[in-house]
Amino acid sequence: MIPVPRADHSFDWSFHGPKLVESLGETLYMVGATLLVGGALGLVLGLALYTTRRGGLLGNRGVFAALNLVVNVFRPIPFLILLMVIAPVTVFLLGTRLGSSAMVVAMSFAATFGVSRIVEQNLVAIDPGIIEAARATGASRWRIITTLLVPEALGPLILGYTFVFVAVVDMSALASIIDGGGLGAFALDYGYKRWNFAVVWVTVVVIILLVQAAQALGNHLSRRVMHR
Amino acid sequence: MPPIIEFDDVTKVFDSPSGPVRAVDGISLGVERGEVFGVIGYSGAGKSTLVRLINGLERATSGRLVVDGDDVTRLSERQLELKRRHIGMIFQQFNLFSSRTVAGNVAFPLKVAGWPKADRDRRVAELLDFVGLLSRAHDHPSRLSGGQKQRVGIARALAAQPSILLADECTSALDPETTQDVLRLLRKVNDELGVTIVVITHELDVVRSIADRVAVLEHGKVAELGSVFDVFTAPRADVTRRFVSTVLHDRPRESDLERLRRHHDGRIVTADVRDGSRLGQVLGSATALGVDFEIVYGGIGTLQDRSFGSLTLSLAGPGDAVDTLVARLREVTDVQEAR
Repeated sequence: MIPVPRADHSFDWSFHGPKLVESLGETLYMVGATLLVGGALGLVLGLALYTTRRGGLLGNRGVFAALNLVVNVFRPIPFLILLMVIAPVTVFLLGTRLGSSAMVVAMSFAATFGVSRIVEQNLVAIDPGIIEAARATGASRWRIITTLLVPEALGPLILGYTFVFVAVVDMSALASIIDGGGLGAFALDYGYKRWNFAVVWVTVVVIILLVQAAQALGNHLSRRVMHR
Repeated sequence: MPPIIEFDDVTKVFDSPSGPVRAVDGISLGVERGEVFGVIGYSGAGKSTLVRLINGLERATSGRLVVDGDDVTRLSERQLELKRRHIGMIFQQFNLFSSRTVAGNVAFPLKVAGWPKADRDRRVAELLDFVGLLSRAHDHPSRLSGGQKQRVGIARALAAQPSILLADECTSALDPETTQDVLRLLRKVNDELGVTIVVITHELDVVRSIADRVAVLEHGKVAELGSVFDVFTAPRADVTRRFVSTVLHDRPRESDLERLRRHHDGRIVTADVRDGSRLGQVLGSATALGVDFEIVYGGIGTLQDRSFGSLTLSLAGPGDAVDTLVARLREVTDVQEAR
């Protein structure tokens, strides 16, 4: 049973403070790990979607249709439902369905499909003339995919990943319902369930600051790599 | 020596919603080693497709296309990649890599060709010096002007020491002055490095400035082929005449002739002007014959260091005297009656 705080509608720094910091750490861990795993898998899937589409470097109608179908099947599943659907897989992989790491499995899965579309969209915007110029030098398709595509779209990609970061923070709060820990669980357990709105609002402020910081960093980085 | 590029009945058919389109339709022509070969045509004539067949960016539907000893229509994708290292290409929109610096752009083909870092750096500096952009090596292309971008494009295309350079509308996005700079640079590439250049353009001025020979393309077929001087001083195809009229407005059009007839009651003839055609000498005898002549229209320009153009004359006087003068003109040059 969770210990009862001294007063309602108040944020007790000595009691709530350490828990807030711990929750923030859990959130950052879940979001960071998801961006790493889902971000990498989504990048690969997005590159596959982009290169296999009609007229692409590896243009292949069958492969594109299959990948497109997979993305379209998994992406619209509401995250809360996906958490349940994927629980057996999480148990198989980690031996448990609870805790922050377990949530990362479901979050990475969901993020992969979202990221793949964002990557695909930004790669489509690359001027085809640049790819033609690379092919004209004798560069192999593999070299173009691995060394040219991502750098040419890097600025918009960073903004895309920043957008995904915010979406993943949102997911992590939802994951708290199934017991993932993090800021969502903190606001739920110590705030909402005890009708202590001081705790809820402090959590909101922390999340706003987190998102603002991420967006500022994303904007800064994308401006640095874009030479337009 | 055999041609460095030889098209033998090459056809390229594209599928389109409205049925197959023959972009290149049974073309046979040869480009000699070391020459600058122009391909001129209006948009849709098939010239962009033609040039992309040479380095295999487009694959021919039928026919044989031998480039520097290999029939590129039969090469695998991997073999084509190796072949392309010996064929540079520059583009209308430059197509530089925005994520790489000027030096990075020029180094790209060298990385592809597997040059070691030290050799790469030396070659990049050498090329940037050649195109006059050594001081901009570490800038990104977005900071360059159009002409400078095309210079980087040329340096990148020449990086791996190709024997052929393909130029696809390489000056069409540039202003007239910058166009001349880029054309001078291409001339230098041909003169000093001996690179064979194929220039695709819709501007006669480009062909006139640098090409030795030219093919006029229309509807995927060669309408005319020969030395630039021969093709443009004695055009046989309508499309060629249209191109000539864009740079030299030497012949009166129907509306001009109507105006000329209203103002001059003499017989109106147009005489071609060539180097050594001694037109002046013949006209000098007009007064003695009793013919009054007036120059009423015309233009004379140069093409490959030779004069060409025409003068339209109004000849007034007794009928037989005018006949005699026209006969004398016909002895020294071509004369057309204005009807």
